[in-house]
Formats: sequence, C-alpha cells, structure tokens
Amino acid sequence: MPEIKVTPLGAGQDVGRSCILVSIAGKNVMLDCGMHMGYNDDRRFPDFSYITQNGRLTDFLDCVIISHFHLDHCGALPYFSEMVGYDGPIYMTHPTKAICPILLEDYRKITVDKKGETNFFTSQMIKDCMKKVVAVHLHQTVQVDEELEIKAYYAGHVLGAAMFQIKVGCESVVYTGDYNMTPDRHLGAAWIDKCRPDLLISESTYATTIRDSKRCRERDFLKKVHETVERGGKVLIPVFALGRAQELCILFGTFWERMNLKAPIYFSTGLTEKANHYYKLFITWTNQKIRKTFVQRNMFEFKHIKAFDRAFADNPGPMVVFATPGMLHAGQSLQIFRKWAGNEKNMVIMPGYCVQGTVGHKILSGQRKLEMEGRQILEVKMQVEYMSFSAHADAKGIMQLIRQAEPRNVLLVHGEAKKMEFLKQKIEQEFHVSCFMPANGETTTILTNPCIPVDISLGLLKRETAIGPLPDAKKPKLMHGTLLMKDNSFRLVSPEQALKELGLAEHQLRFTCRVHIQDPRKEHETVLRVYNHLKGILKDYSVQHLPDGSITVESILIQATAHSEDQGTKVLLVSWTYQ
Amino acid sequence: FFQYCLSGHPTLPCNVLKFKSTTIMLDCGLDMTSTLNFLPLPLVQSPRLSKLPGWVLKDGSTFLDKELKECSGHVFVDSVPEFCLPETELLDLSTVDVILISNYHCMMALPYITEYTGFTGTVYATEPTVQIGRLLMEELVNSIERVPKAQSASLWKNKEVQRLLPAPLKDAVEVSMWRKCYTMPEVNAALSKIQLVGYSQKIELFGAVQVTPLSSGYALGSSNWIIQSHYEKVSYVSGSSLLTTHPQPMDQASLKNSDVLILTGLTQIPTANPDGMVGEFCSNLAMTVRNGGNVLVPCYPSGVIYDLLECLYQYIDSAGLSNVPFYFISPVANSSLEFSQIFAEWLCHNKQTKVYLPEPPFPHAELIQTNKLKHYPSIHGDFSNDFKQPCVVFTGHPSLRFGDVVHFMELWGKSSLNTVIFTEPDFSYLDALAPYQPLAMKCVYCPIDTRLNFIQVSKLLKEVQPLHVVCPEQYTQPPPTQSHRTDLMIDCQPPAMSYRRAEVLTLPYKRRYEKIEIMPDLADSLVPLEIKPGISLATVSAVLHTKDNKHVLQLPPKPPQPPASKKRKRVSDDVPECKSLKPLLSGSIPMDQFVQTLEKHGFSDVKVEDTAKGHIVLLQEAETLIQLEEDSTHIICDNDEPLRVKLRDLVLKFLQKF
Repeated sequence: MPEIKVTPLGAGQDVGRSCILVSIAGKNVMLDCGMHMGYNDDRRFPDFSYITQNGRLTDFLDCVIISHFHLDHCGALPYFSEMVGYDGPIYMTHPTKAICPILLEDYRKITVDKKGETNFFTSQMIKDCMKKVVAVHLHQTVQVDEELEIKAYYAGHVLGAAMFQIKVGCESVVYTGDYNMTPDRHLGAAWIDKCRPDLLISESTYATTIRDSKRCRERDFLKKVHETVERGGKVLIPVFALGRAQELCILFGTFWERMNLKAPIYFSTGLTEKANHYYKLFITWTNQKIRKTFVQRNMFEFKHIKAFDRAFADNPGPMVVFATPGMLHAGQSLQIFRKWAGNEKNMVIMPGYCVQGTVGHKILSGQRKLEMEGRQILEVKMQVEYMSFSAHADAKGIMQLIRQAEPRNVLLVHGEAKKMEFLKQKIEQEFHVSCFMPANGETTTILTNPCIPVDISLGLLKRETAIGPLPDAKKPKLMHGTLLMKDNSFRLVSPEQALKELGLAEHQLRFTCRVHIQDPRKEHETVLRVYNHLKGILKDYSVQHLPDGSITVESILIQATAHSEDQGTKVLLVSWTYQ
Repeated sequence: FFQYCLSGHPTLPCNVLKFKSTTIMLDCGLDMTSTLNFLPLPLVQSPRLSKLPGWVLKDGSTFLDKELKECSGHVFVDSVPEFCLPETELLDLSTVDVILISNYHCMMALPYITEYTGFTGTVYATEPTVQIGRLLMEELVNSIERVPKAQSASLWKNKEVQRLLPAPLKDAVEVSMWRKCYTMPEVNAALSKIQLVGYSQKIELFGAVQVTPLSSGYALGSSNWIIQSHYEKVSYVSGSSLLTTHPQPMDQASLKNSDVLILTGLTQIPTANPDGMVGEFCSNLAMTVRNGGNVLVPCYPSGVIYDLLECLYQYIDSAGLSNVPFYFISPVANSSLEFSQIFAEWLCHNKQTKVYLPEPPFPHAELIQTNKLKHYPSIHGDFSNDFKQPCVVFTGHPSLRFGDVVHFMELWGKSSLNTVIFTEPDFSYLDALAPYQPLAMKCVYCPIDTRLNFIQVSKLLKEVQPLHVVCPEQYTQPPPTQSHRTDLMIDCQPPAMSYRRAEVLTLPYKRRYEKIEIMPDLADSLVPLEIKPGISLATVSAVLHTKDNKHVLQLPPKPPQPPASKKRKRVSDDVPECKSLKPLLSGSIPMDQFVQTLEKHGFSDVKVEDTAKGHIVLLQEAETLIQLEEDSTHIICDNDEPLRVKLRDLVLKFLQKF
C-alpha cells in the first residue's frame, strides 16, 4: 500500500524551528527550515543529520519549501544549504524571497556581532543560499520534476506567506505554514480550494483559543494605549519589523488622526522605512481594500510615525515605541524594556506569541523578577499586557480550513502538545478523519489509496456510454474491456482491439445441441411450426426464418433435419456460440 | 474540434474554440481602426471642425450633409466614433463557457460580449491584464463621454447609400455591426466576471479541459494559453515578444508538443526594428526641443510608454534636456504609473531584482520625484497652470480621433517647429493625420512593435514543433504593399491553415484515448497474465461512473441482497445496468493434453479422428462430438446441460479469455 511519511525535525508539538520532512510517492520534500528563538545552542536549528548520516542532502531531498519569512520558518536556511550543504531547489514566494535575506542578515548580526558567536553563517552564505531560491507565483503549478509538482495558496499571516500543496500523481499533501483565516487591516484571509489532499499539515498555535471579534480587540488595545499615554506613561510594543508592525502602524495612524493625539509614535529600527517599502511594492499581496485605494492613498505611508533614536528613550513625557524584536529576546526592544520596566506608569504590550525561554514569555507567564545577564535582577513594575494580534488562525479558523480543503488526514504541528491534543479530538469528532500530532523526530505514516489512471480507448468508452435503453448518464453501467500493460503504460481497450494489437486470432467456441421431436411432417413444415411457435413466445427477440430453411433467434441458429433412421422424428440442431 | 473566427484583425483576434465539450473564446479584441472614418472629437470648440462643409453626392443630393463632412479632401462621418465588433452571428455567444484573455489590448471588446450576448461564463486573465485593461477602458470611455456629441449618424450605413460613398467609407466592412462605446457600468460589470489567474496555473474546465496561461513577454501580465486534455494540446499564441523589455520573458518550452498552434498577434510593422525606432524617437524628440518646438507623442497610457520613459530617463541628461518638462496626460496617467510599480512578479529579472532591494522597478518614479515628469488627468485644471513650452506631451488616443491629443494637434499643428512622433503601431499615421491636413508640424513615424517578427516566428516554430499551425490569412501571404517580400509570411510544414473573419475551421486532429481511473479495490481484484514478454493483460468487468467529465471504474457491486424493507426501489437503482457480455476467446487447444484431461475427468471412450483442418474427438457413450480446429472448437451433443457445462469448462481451461 502506498504511504506518506511525515517526520517533524522541528515544530513537532512545539513552536519554533519549523522543519518537517515529507516522503510522498518516492519524493522527499522538506517544509520550512526555521530556527528556535528559545535556544542559543545546537538546539536552535533542526537536526539535519536525521535526514542522512553520510550522504549528501541534495541527493536525498527533491526540494525545500519555505512558507514565509519569519525566522522560525527560514532562520536555519543558510546553515542548512551552505554549512551542511544542499544545492537543490528552494521554493518560496516573491515577497518571501525579497524579505527573507534581510531578516537573516539581521539575525546574523545580532548573533555574531552582538553576542560574538563564531561558527555561524556569514553574509556571503546568505547570498549564496538565496541564489538557490526559485520564486513562485500564487496558484502557479511548479513542476519540480516530471512527477513532483507544488502549488502555493494565499495564507495571510504576513506579507508573502503561502500554503503549499505538494502533489505526486494523485497523492497530495498540503502544508499550511502559518496562516490567518480572518482578514486584518493589511492582509487578506487564507484561502484554499477543495483540493482533498491525503494529508493536511496545519499549524495549531491557537489550537484552543477562539478569539472574539477583531474590532473589539482593537478597541481594547487602543484604549489601553490611550489611557497610558494620557497619564504620561510610555508604551513599548515589541514587534517584528515586518508583519504585525505594519498592521499596528495602520491602526495607530488612523486612531491618532481621529483622536487628534499629540504623543509621538516612534518606530525603532532603520528597517522600518525599508519594510514599509516592501509593502508598497508588493501591494498586490495585501488585502482588497488597500489594493483598491493604493493609487489615491498608500496605506503604508505613515504620516504620524517617526524614526526612533536611542536617546529618545530617556525623554520625559509620554510616547509610544514600536521596537524589534517581538519576543523581547534581544536587541532594541529588550534595551528599552530594561529602561522602562521599573516604572509602573509605563506599559509593555506583547502583541504576539512568545516562545519559551524568551523574556517575552517570562513576563507573560507572570514572572516579575527577571534574571538578566550578569546575575542582575530586573524588577518589572510596568504593566504587562498581552494582545493576541499575531495573525494565526484560531481553533475556529483551523476547522474552517479543514472544511475548505477536505483532507483525508490531518497532522498538527507548530503548537503546544496539550492544546493540540484538544484540537485533535475535536477534528476527529467533527470530520471523522485521523488526526496526528507527532513529536520532533517521530515519524507518522499515512496509508494512501491512490487511484490508478489508465488510458481508455475512446471507441470503447463511447460504446459503453452509448449502449443502454436510456442514455442516463447518472446510472452506473457495467463495462467490459481488456487492460493491456506494457512497460509502464496502462491501456484499457475493447477485447477485439486487444486481440488485434497482440496479433492473436479469436477462438470460436460453438455448441450444438440435438433436440429430437416427434413430427411426421416434412422438414420445412416442422421448421415453420417451430418458427411460428418461437415467434409467438419470444416477442421481445428477433426471430427470423432464413431462405436456407434455418431459423435464427438473435445469434442462435436452429436447423431441422430428419432423423436418418426414423423419418417421423426430426432432429433440431440448436447452435450457439459461447456467451 | 472547431474554430470560429470572429475577428479579421490579426492583432486584435477573437476566436472561439470548440474543444471536447467546452466552448472557449480566445481573446475579444476590438477593432478601433473604424474610428479613423470619423471626425475628431475636439475638447474645446474648434472653429475649423465646426465649419466643415457637408458632403454632397455627385448628383447633387444633399441628404447626407448632416452626417458626412468634407475635410482636407476626405469625407468623414460627423458622429460619435464607433468600433467594429467581433462577429456575433456566427455562433450563439451565450454558449461560450469561458473567455481567455491574452493581454490588455485584446480585451477591449469584452463588455460587448459579456453584457449583450447572454454570456454567463467566466473570463480568465492575469491581474496586470485586468488592472491595465481597466485603465485602457476607463480612458476610452472617459475621452468619448466627456465630449458629448448629440448626433449619431446611421443613414450612411445603409448598404445602398454606402455604395455611393467615396473610399475608404465605401469599402468599410460590416458597418452595420459598428457600435458606440460602452459605458463605465458596463465595463465594471464585464470586469466583475473575470477570475484572476497566474502564469502556469492549471485551471480545470468542467473536468474535461485544462487551460494554462504562460508568460508571452509582450506586456505586463500578457499570456499565451495552453488548452489541453490528457491527449490533445492546443497552444494559443497571441502577442508574444522575444525582446527584453520590461515584462517577464516569454515561456517557449511549454508550447512544445502541441497538436495545433494558433498563431496571432505578430508585429504589425515587420520591417521596423524596435531598438532602431527608439533611437530615432529620442533623437527626433531632442532635435525638436532644442529648436524650441514641442513634441507630441500620441500613445496608450500603458505599455511602450514605460519603456520610452525609461529610455528618456537615461537620455535626457546627456542630451541636455534636463529642464524640458515631460507631461503625461490621461485620466488614468497616475494609476498607470502607480500600477506599473506593483507588479514585480510579472516583470523581467532585472526589474524584479530592483524590487528586492527594495526600489521601484521603473525609473519613472524618480522622474516624477525630481519633477521632470508630471502627470495630469486632463488638459483642464492644474495642467493649464503648470503648462510650459517647449515641452514633451504623452497623451492619447493614438487614433487622433478623441482624447486630449486632439487638442494638441489643433494647438501645435500650425507650427513647423513642433513634431508629432507616432510610436503606436495600431493605426496608419497618414490616416490618423488626414482630418488635420494641411499640417505645418513635422510628423515622424517611429512605430515600436515588440511582437514577434517572421524570422522569430520561424525560429519559434522550429523550436516547439507543432503538428499544425493555424493563423489569420494575412500571415500566409506577403503584405499587400510589399508583395515581393516572401520573407514576410509564415513558412512552415505542413503549410499553415489560414482563417478569415466569419469563417469556421475544422481543426485537424482526432482523439483516440481518454483518461479513466481504476479504483484501488478494483485494481486489487484484477489478475494480470503475461501474454508476451513484457506485455500483460487483464480482463476488466467493472462499473463505469461518469461525473463531471471524469470517468471512474469501480468494482461491480455484489448481487443485491433481498431487500429487507421498503427500501427496495433504491436498491435496484444502484444496481448497474447489465448487458450480457460475450468474452472473446483466444488460443488453441493442444490435442494430447485435451484428451488426457478428458480421460482424467471420467471420459473413458475418447476416440480421436484427424480431419483436414484439425481433429474430431468422439465421446461415444455420451454421443458427443467435439470438433477441434486451430481457431475454433465446436461441441455437439444431446440436450444434456451438465455434460455441456463440464465440457465447456474443460475447453475454456486451454483458452485465454478477453
């Protein structure tokens, strides 16, 4: 029985270093190649030695697919391709291809220049790695080789995020990457057609959350910010440079304008300007409203938001600062956090998910005394707020996607084991499909039952569909043919054609039965009586009296002769072919 | 497989393909050369045009003098300009299932088709095609609607009347089919029927046919189309380019192995080299401006203009034109410039790389930033305040019959310092200029048509090797004005099939196979037998299901259980129609083994006689006779069914069932 094998090297019952191996119909595909923000040692990258111990990765993997530019999905790519060694194709969308190297370079700088690590990938390696990238369009069918094809679907989440369908023959897998089923202020909702994959590999970050309406959340969020600013506090919002940042900037820009607020809003890194530029140039990837109005008003030109200088952090009075990175694990956001954490007037708002081990995760889980580098203890007095702004599908959204795609099996990754367990049960109950949630390094095998496509001769098909008293297309019909198997080709033809193609003659099998009847009349009169009798009782059949004295009933031939010894007995020879 | 040819214009095609059970329209180009027969629509009252004398017939009758005016020795229709639509009578257009659009120039007739024929299908086009197509339509509607003309002439269209008119009106074709421009609501309704597609996206039509757009290299989002089933492949090539301009390069490899290749949209100026023309354009422009004159470039708001602006960007400083203002005037000028910057994925490699930096792919962003290029929706408003001469104006429409260009022709036509440079190849520049004669202004003809020329076509055909080529009749003979140039026609083997307007072609191929799927459980039940080395066969008796044009074979159901309840009717519904089938037999029966088998099964008195063609086996006690020949077996016995069945099964053991 054909099977599909899935092994997560990362993101199995975990969030971080997404990397999933899929074997389908003899093809090996690696989905994502991420890093883990919670670790600084070997565990930050997937264990690629699992793929092959001594052989080359290129020989083993048919392709690598990157779903979007977040580092937990692409952060290990230069390490994988340049340091471990992979020269095959890497597929991603155009915006991902544009933005991914910038984030990788950023990551490299923080790791090597700031933390002083050696044995890390270099700028040149990022460049060389990106040369192996093939950019794909949405919905384009990319033929990786003769049999393997992949296709990208819009995933929302961040600019350029895509879900991928991987297909060999009639077996297929869909990998969602991270996705969002509700449109937000800058991106549209994920969409997939009813492609009925054998397996859907879905993220499950918010497996148990059902979020209230986006508008309410936004209102709460703005209210909190507004209150803090009113009483002269400073608001820190750790974000990643691309993605949520743009959505929040749009949100703030419009709110500030409406409320006529004066407190300055800053964006912390030089990357922002550049980041916004990407949004302008790839505006076709944003939501419908922004796309429609971009000629009149480009939503990514933010009038109210200015660039941040490190010195501003000590300025008196209220301000709002967006600072990178989003999980407070390094860089400017962490620096500002340390400065502001001691004042209860201030507030930090975490707008997204934080990986275990990061400062973001610690303060969100209620920790108020943090041990920083050098055994220093930082007391957090500022308010800590969490706003679920990260663009992942919630439980409702995940169920909705399953309903859209109608997979035969579901496999959950990119989430926490406990929450996955809950969602798994829900999926199995509602959709009656098997749902899996392998841990890292654990292989899930799914049996598939692919159809076998063959070529049918048009003559045979037409004959079969034409016959029948009523040409009722919906009624199934029994058909008969001969399947010819030669090399790897399968052809279904009529038995006659099969004989002819094989150069074989037909073998006629006839039966003749002698029936003795007592009838003193002449032979032709006997024949006539039989004929009239048959004609009388077999009204639905074609009964014919031929000139040579024989009778046919359809294909059955009847002849009469006088018995050689007894003229009063006639012998009827009833003859037919094998049916 | 039929092709209905609804347009006679080789670069503005409209064909309908009947392919398997689908009806597919390929492009719906609008022939706008008809507008050349009309008087220009001036934006401001033109004393010259309003005082033209009415046209009088030779016999002195004046009944047409309201409709036809004499101008510069030519006769023009004084009415809202009209366009020549694709043929609508050749087939019922409401039966069209889908329309495939190859580029934004080839969709201008779309509202006429989708809004007036009962069309209920889907239109497929790429995103840039739709966005820029919308701009072209918007500009067209705008430039005609903003100059309301009370009169709509129809008298002259009468066949009897038309006969009496001077050329070219006399020879204008299908004038009864000419229509006024559509409206914006119609444009929006038509565009709402479009579904966006990407290059190499496989689109299933009713399970029977798959269509795929491929990059054609001619314009932003321009595509060729593959229309295929599992066994047949038709390639539709329309407006393709092998030159490196701004669009993504043409995908040639995917056109290979076509049964039929429909070839339209070749260059309209096969003798002009686009690069040379661009050079001439620049030098003429520079010369005029240096002499203190103005330059008018009648153009479409998208397409070649992007390339011209890019050339000028590199050229103006070295040519000392940095202080000359460039104006781009069109109701969609701003949109066109903005849209051009956001289609990174549809651009050539170099431009894509710029976006990755991130920088705008086209340098006109910089021209705008530095105020060298200014754009205005029309000559009214801001433009009149900013307007400085000498200058360069890009504006439409290239036919010179409507749009802001009419104003500039009237304004600048009288001075020999000024130059009009024609770059768009769609209209004969002499015809376009006819109502403006006599003209003092210089006219330069630099047509830039980047579409395939005949040398490139013959290379392409050699490369992709289609079995048959179908093309408009114009491509199968040299151009009428250059009848000795036999190199300016398609040369291929077998010769291309040509079509003309309102013709129906039968496409030359025959289907022989169809795809069918065998369900796994049925496949498991099959018993393959190796007949010859490497060739196996299995007889298949299965239930054929056909749904959405997909065929599936399933295991026949087990004989129905006696119905337990009143569900009886449903059960019998599910039982497939059975027709008696007669399996074919093949093989021959080896005499000795057959006799041994008979003896093993209890026939002790087997007697064999040789005949001319084989043997006769006698079973004396059973009074049975079996004739065995090479390709036939005949069992003759009394009416003894068990015996017959026993013998039959013994015989069948030696034969192969098909």
